[in-house]
Amino acid sequence: MQLYTRRRIINRLGIGLSMLAMAFGLAALMWILWTLFSKGFAAFGWDFFVHDTPAPGTAGGGLRNAIVGSMMILGVTTLVSTPIGILAGIYLAEYGDTSKFAATTRFVTDIMLSAPSIVIGLFVYALMVTTFGGFSGWAGSVALSLIAIPVVVRTTENMLRLVPSTLREAAFAVGAPRWKVSLSVTLRAVKAGVVTGVLLAIARVTGETAPLLFTALNNQFFSTNMSQPMGNLPVVIFQFAMSPYDNWVQLAWGGALLIALLVLGINVGARILFRQKDKI
Amino acid sequence: MSEMADTGQIDVHAAKINVFKMQDMIFHKVTLLFALIVLAGLVGILISLAIEAGPTLKNFGLAFLWRNVWSVPDDQYGALIAIYGTLVTSILALLIAIPVSFGIALFLTETCPTWLRRPLGTAIELLAGVPSIIYGIWGLFIFAPLFAEYVQPYLQKSFGDVPVLGHLFSGPPIGVGILAASIVLSLMVIPFVASVMRDVFETVPPVLKESAYGVGCTTWEVVWNIVLPYTRVGVVGGIMLGLGRALGETMAVTFVIGNANRITGSLFSPGNSIASVLANEFGEADPGLHISSLFALGLVLFLITFIVLAISRWLIHRGTRKQGI
Repeated sequence: MQLYTRRRIINRLGIGLSMLAMAFGLAALMWILWTLFSKGFAAFGWDFFVHDTPAPGTAGGGLRNAIVGSMMILGVTTLVSTPIGILAGIYLAEYGDTSKFAATTRFVTDIMLSAPSIVIGLFVYALMVTTFGGFSGWAGSVALSLIAIPVVVRTTENMLRLVPSTLREAAFAVGAPRWKVSLSVTLRAVKAGVVTGVLLAIARVTGETAPLLFTALNNQFFSTNMSQPMGNLPVVIFQFAMSPYDNWVQLAWGGALLIALLVLGINVGARILFRQKDKI
Repeated sequence: MSEMADTGQIDVHAAKINVFKMQDMIFHKVTLLFALIVLAGLVGILISLAIEAGPTLKNFGLAFLWRNVWSVPDDQYGALIAIYGTLVTSILALLIAIPVSFGIALFLTETCPTWLRRPLGTAIELLAGVPSIIYGIWGLFIFAPLFAEYVQPYLQKSFGDVPVLGHLFSGPPIGVGILAASIVLSLMVIPFVASVMRDVFETVPPVLKESAYGVGCTTWEVVWNIVLPYTRVGVVGGIMLGLGRALGETMAVTFVIGNANRITGSLFSPGNSIASVLANEFGEADPGLHISSLFALGLVLFLITFIVLAISRWLIHRGTRKQGI
């Protein structure tokens, strides 16, 4: 009897602690999100979206230049990383079964998925900012692309590997060349999955601050010139949150909420898209 | 007549097949080229960091790694302070995150009601995607003040007189510092580690668990004696992945670590991690030794995370391959 009671108590204790861990984790994370929403919404308003970042000590202002800058940098990042990531993913899935080179690339992709993003910022600084004579939106896009590409490569490859080989063989049997099988049969079969991968990559880089600090830098004024320093949300949040001005801090909260909503929205969208594909 | 037509058709077919072959070769080479770009990224990072770090390494030699000084006015640099801050915050963060993540993964795979499993799992995954700057700004404005007002004085009162612990908790309770950074960092890595652990827990064949339940094991015994030994390798891999994230994390740390270039041994005192030094100083760094030393720090960080991530990948790979048993 005593053995049974002891085992039961240990079991209860273990399960209880695990529930406590779940509650603690959720509570902490809810606390963070709740603060973000309550503080961030206070900053939202007409001015927030149509005015540029204020000069030190001036009241009011918004984040228009940062929002537009972020959108442009992210747009270029998507345009650069999507084709590179998808084609590299096709290579790994279709040609990379046995070769040493493919194994190495796969390994490197996995490392780059979690590599410290600030180091990628340093690399692009050395590569572009020093050679082309200054901070620029382009440099920011390249830095973000280096982070986004591994995500696209990995999801593309994983998705393509889910395609049954009978589908490939059927296409080969009717005489389709390899490139046509890859592009119009297998890739089309996993379209939703690949788009999900691209969306996840965008979500991943949307909130990245560290790689933009020394590449796109920041710009207090409205600018759509990608070869100049460019305002962008993450760096503005970083600088404004550390500042002594109350309206700057409030704008930082608003920017943080905007970014969080964007990232969560993209993530949820990617999930819905991927689930719809499951049903078909 | 018909013979002519036949050979003509064969010629057309042969030509077409040649075109296909050509296109296939081009397609192969193009995709290969893009795979090469990915590879070139990593090699490029290593080479460019090493080149830029050159002057510092020439000046201080390998001793740069353990020089306990970082002074811009004197142009004297060493990596010890930043390495210390990076390692201490990451390890403390994991000490908090591991048990909590384990509990979450256990709950999600074993005891959670089925209808709650999916929404809670999705919530954890979504939280893993929240940008780190949000953890940072929350840590600076909400967590650090509360920490300074309630937790730090309490810790000092309770453990202040205990020999070793007392020293760890010494210094003015100002909120921001090594301990605060570790806690914020742990909140950031919990969703990562928890979702990897859940994924590897789910690779345990149901037969194994059911057999254990069948001979009368409690849930805890099943987890402790069946699930954990079976997934040990994958779990360690997940933890290493969390460590890799924590080591290189910039924003969640920079806001709350306090940015002071010294080692005091107290967990309350402000410090600096490699990533936070880079984030704070790189933008205004003077050309020459200062900027080169920052690149050298970046190289050190990249090498440390590279090793940790390589080990984690190897372990997770081994952990999930066992699925086929």
